[in-house]
Parts: sequence; C-alpha cells; structure tokens
Amino acid sequence: MNFGPLLFLGIFLTFASAWIGLVFAPSQQLKDLQAMRVEGSGQTNPRPYSGLELEGRAIYLRDGCVYCHSQQARGGDYVNDIERGWGAGPVGEPRRSLPQDYLYDRPVLLGTSRTGPDLANIGSRQSDDNWHLTHLYDPRLTSPGSIMPSFSFLFETRKIVGQPSADAMKNIPVQPGWEIVPTYEAKALVAYLKSLDHAYAVATPGSGK
Amino acid sequence: MSSLNIDMQRGVVGDQLDPDSMARVLDQRQQASQRALIDASCKVPVLLFYGSAVFWLLIGTVLALISSIKLHSPNFLTHEAWLTFGRVRPAHLDVVAFGWASMAGLGTSLWLMCRLCRVPLKWPGMVVGAAVLWNVGVLSGTAGVLAGQSSGIEWIEYPFYATFMLFVAFALVAVWGLMTFGRRQPGHVYVSQWYLFGSMFWFPWVYITVQLLTNTPLMVKGTPQESIHWWFGHNVLGVFFTPMGLAAIYYLIPKVIGRPIYSYYLSILGFWSLALFYNWAGAHHLVGGPVPAWLVTVSAVGSMMMFIPVITTALNHHMTTYKHFGVLRYSPTLRFVVFGAMAYTIVSFQGSLMSLRIFNEPFHFTHHTIAHAHLGLYGFYTMVMFGAMYYVMPRLTGHEWSSARLIRVHFWTVAIGIALMFVTLSIGGMIQGFELHQSRQGLGDLMRQHTQTDGLVSGSINALSDFFGGFKAKQDQPIPFLAVVRDTIPWLWIRSGTGILIFIGHMAFAWLVLANLLGRGERRTGPTLFHTDADGYRRSLEV
Repeated sequence: MNFGPLLFLGIFLTFASAWIGLVFAPSQQLKDLQAMRVEGSGQTNPRPYSGLELEGRAIYLRDGCVYCHSQQARGGDYVNDIERGWGAGPVGEPRRSLPQDYLYDRPVLLGTSRTGPDLANIGSRQSDDNWHLTHLYDPRLTSPGSIMPSFSFLFETRKIVGQPSADAMKNIPVQPGWEIVPTYEAKALVAYLKSLDHAYAVATPGSGK
Repeated sequence: MSSLNIDMQRGVVGDQLDPDSMARVLDQRQQASQRALIDASCKVPVLLFYGSAVFWLLIGTVLALISSIKLHSPNFLTHEAWLTFGRVRPAHLDVVAFGWASMAGLGTSLWLMCRLCRVPLKWPGMVVGAAVLWNVGVLSGTAGVLAGQSSGIEWIEYPFYATFMLFVAFALVAVWGLMTFGRRQPGHVYVSQWYLFGSMFWFPWVYITVQLLTNTPLMVKGTPQESIHWWFGHNVLGVFFTPMGLAAIYYLIPKVIGRPIYSYYLSILGFWSLALFYNWAGAHHLVGGPVPAWLVTVSAVGSMMMFIPVITTALNHHMTTYKHFGVLRYSPTLRFVVFGAMAYTIVSFQGSLMSLRIFNEPFHFTHHTIAHAHLGLYGFYTMVMFGAMYYVMPRLTGHEWSSARLIRVHFWTVAIGIALMFVTLSIGGMIQGFELHQSRQGLGDLMRQHTQTDGLVSGSINALSDFFGGFKAKQDQPIPFLAVVRDTIPWLWIRSGTGILIFIGHMAFAWLVLANLLGRGERRTGPTLFHTDADGYRRSLEV
C-alpha cells in the first residue's frame, strides 16, 4: 500500500458507502412523511408549535435539558417505557414514539440520557402550569429525592410593592413581603413542556388501521 | 548485533567494526541527523498544539468535576445560569474533545507525518495559524455554550462562528497533511500514515455534513436528523480520534521496544476493515427509537463486524509488546501507550456488544454509556496521547522530563482513576438500567429490608439474589423513577472521587510539561526512565 491514489480511493469509497447508508437513505425514505389531518377541523397531528412554545424550546436547548432527558418512548422486548406510562398515543392505546411525532422538531431532540425521566409525552402526563413552575424553581418541592438542578435563575424574587403580582408563586416558601415571580422564559419553557403531547393514534403498516 | 556496543550515554559506538557494520553505523548517523532536522522543524508548531492541549485539559477537568458533583449534589452552584448542569456538561465535553483531544492528536499527527514521510515540516505558518485559530474557536465556542448560545445538539454545541473557525483550522491542517504526504520520500508508506491520511480526509467530511444537515436551515426533516447526528457522533471517535490514537500506537510501541510490528498483513486487514465498518456503526445509538428498523440493524451489523479490525489490531499491538513487557517497568511512554492499547481492545469489545438490542435496551440512557465513553476517549485515546507527548516533547525541546517521580504520580493517579471510574459507572449504570426496565424491586430497598432482618453479609446476599431473581421484561408495576435515581447516587459520589484523583494526575502532568517547556530538565541524552538501572533496561529490550 505505497500508492497514494489507491489509498485515497479506498478511503473515499469505504466512507461514501456509510454516507449513503446512514445519511442519504433515511432522509430519502422519510422525506414525504406528512402530518395527519384531523377530520372536520383544520388541525393536524402533530400540530406545529406556537410562537411561545418555540421560545420555550430555545430555552430547553440553551440550558441543556437534553443532557438528562430523552424524548422518545422506545419499543423493544426488554424495554419498560410503555409500562412506565411514557408512551404516546390516546388513553388506553399507548404506543412507542414514531417518526411522525417529530415532523415539526427542528432540531429533533431524542436525547441520550435518562438521568431524569423521558419527556416525549410529559404534556399529557402533567398539564398543571403551577406544578411545572414549582418543579423548575426547586425540583425537590414536587419530587423529593430528585437530582435535577434548580432553575431559580428563570424566576425573579422581588419585594412586593403595592399589590402582590397575580402570577406570583403561591406554594414556594419565601420571606414575608417578598414574592417569587416566573420570568417570561420560565413561562415559555412550561408552555413547551406542555406541548410535548402525542396523544393520538398513528396508522402504521401492519397495525390494522 | 555482533560487534555493536550500545552505550546509554553516547548512542551507538563502534568497536573494531567490519566494513558492513561501518556502513550501517554511518547510515544510522545520517538517519539520526535527518531525524534531528525534522524534529527541529516541528518544534514550534507541535509544541504550540501540545501546550494548548494541556491548558484545555485542565479547564476540561475542572468543568468535569463541577458536572460530576452536580449529579449527586444538585444544589451545588445553581444560582448562575452559566453554571447550570446543562451548560457546564456540554462545555466539559467540547473542551476535552476539541480542546484537549483534538489538539494533542493533531500535534502528534504533525510530528508523525513528518517523521514517517521523512521530510522536515514545511509551511509552518499554515499549521501555526491553524493552532491559533483552533484555540480561538475552542475559547469562543465554550464561552458561547456557557453564555447560552449552545445549539443543544450533543457534540456540536458550539455556535456557528466557533464551528466555522474550527472547520477552517482543521482544513488548514488537512491540506497541510495531504501536501506533506505528497512530498514524502520514496519508499514504504507505514500503517500510521494510512490512519493519519484517513482521519484528515474523513473528519472535515463528517463535520460539514452534520453541521449543514442538522444545524442550519438546510436541516433534513424529522428523525433522519438523528441518524446523521449519530453517524457523526460515533465517527468523531471512529474516524478522527481512533485513527490518530492507533497511528500513535503503531509508531510508538515498535519504536520504544526496537522491534518491527508483528504483522504487516494484519495491519492491512485492520485498517481497511475499520475504514469500512466503523462508519456504519453510528445508528446503534437509536435502538428502539423512532427511526426505520433497518437502520438500527445495519448499524448493529457494522458494530459487530468491528470485531475484525479490533481483534487484528489487538493481535498486532499486543503480539509486538509480548515478551517485552519488562520494558513497561522502565519506559513511561510504553506504559501509557500499552495501557491505552489494552483499553482500546476492551472498550471496542464492549462497544460492539452494546449495539445488540439485548444489551442496548436496558443499558442505553444510563451511566453505563458514560462509563463506556470515558473508557474510549480517556482510557484509550487520552492515555495514548500522554504516552506520545512523553516521547515527542523531549525530542523537540532538547530537555528531558524533570522528574520520574511525578511521571509515576501521573500514571498511577490517572490509571487507577479511570479504571475505577469505568467500574463504578458501569455497575451503577447496570443497576440503573435493570431498575428502569426489568426488576421488580430496587436494589437499595431490598438491601435496606434484608440487612435489617438478616444482618449485613447474608442480608446483602439475599438482597442480591432477590434483585437478580426478580428480572422480567415488562414489569407491570415499574420501580418508581425517584427510587431508581436514589440507587445511582452512591456510584455518582464515588465517580466524583475518581475525578479528583484524575485531576491530581493532570496537575502533575501539566507541571511536567511546563517545566519541560521552560527547559527545567537535564539536557537530553536518553529517555527519562522510571528506574535507573541501565543494565536491566537493556536486558528488557534484548529479550
């Protein structure tokens, strides 16, 4: 192997083969996938994110939620995701996550770690704004023993001047005369988390639908 | 070696030589002066890469410790947004991958390329410029991630301006590498050169593909992004770090031992099977995920086929070292490099198995994966780079390492640290995986119940037998998530301890590098050895 051009050709071809297999082919296979229309309404499943949800998604990316939370209910013989209640699909018909569920995700955030629970369908499990905000401020208030960091920097602790704010946190202890108020970023993040909800059936080949 | 007398101080000296040996000695002297010329030409660029690499290593270790502590003590440093776990952890990964590992690898590659092509380093401005640009890229990229400009995609968090700088810097090195390869002296092209050639061509390709298709408006629709993402993520290791590490091993083991590599044909098989299979392996990160099933299957096949290059390369490395293990007692370079070569064998076997559904389904997403990643990038790659720097730096500075004792501290702290970290996170991760998916009751709960009634020893045994006896896929009543979290915490504490051990080792290493750069060691005559009995060293080489 002392001949440069041959070395180059081999290095090029071996690599190009995987590029075709893992980059080009799946993109081609799934490029025509469309969101499903819901009959009798202008809506689709999944639906596009709202502006506020997209802003929340940017916070999710910025503060690295993805390093502890996956967004995929997996299938498999040795996997308990559905049994844990992490599955997508309507009530009574849980299913694993499918490529359709991610059509509006830019970028897709499947994640690689479950130091915290899977969030693919957190919106359908927990739709209470107050729970989410309290949990973000101090995770151990809602989930004793959690090792999630506090995101108190998404909140403002301020002295009450005149009337207390309408959106001040009610169940977080704070010294008298002060209040804890979620910032716009905290509210946007919660809006995004609540939008993670794929509670619809998907017709797949072989499912009989 | 009839009449040649090897002298530790003066090199090869003749003693009543016949004409054949005389010619050989002259030839060796000529080669030695050629090597000296090459080393002199490499001095500034390679030392610039090495010095920067060590700086980033220290920063990366501090970021690692902060992240590690946050995992078991979540109230540690939470008030500032830039110190939150989700920013510090990617900053750690990016600094060690693009600051330390890349710069140490590129420095080594520059030197190896010149030595093996048998030409002095030409166009130094190109590579010095690349090193400066690379540093600015890592600095601004990491600052960007901490300041909240992360793309949020693992391994490519850097904001676009930093990514662009790294790309240009790498392109400069790659073009330099290919031009140097073109200027090589006629004759044999050594296996290390194939790997270096490969990595310089492959890395820009994966880097530009993943940036364009997952991180710009050109991004592809839906989950194929993740296939591209992991094709890249796995290839950073597979076609960038691994080839540079293997190139260094292939060069250094024969050099230190003074014997040729075990088999030329095994190196051919090892190289081409790696080139073909490694870059098909990436999608095994997506087992069970929302991607076409064939994608995961071909990647599992690619991962299993990796046994071929791994076994051939392992045979080649270990059979070369075999019968010369005595040298490990003396040579710091060989000790680090052989540790790395062995870790490469282990981590690759483990990696192939982890692509199988039966292993991947329970253990993916757990700390087990983190253990694997550290064994690869640290136990293998980083240890080899330490070895390479111990070999190369004195040849460039003209000074030997100032303290064999500090090298010993460095070796043992990091070797024990990474081994313990691997074991700890592997066990903790496996318990985590079983509890998430397959056990009826958590190990922690069982331990508490049984040790209260049966005492410590038999209680523990009973708890373990209950734990492993209660396995069943599809548990109707899974263990509560927070109970699983609780059972990982002791392992995370031990991991922080191993991190401190590694940090101490890095401080020792940084001190040695600084002293060497400042010319604090003796003038170079022969290598700094762990033990100073010259006779024993010579005997270990001659076996």
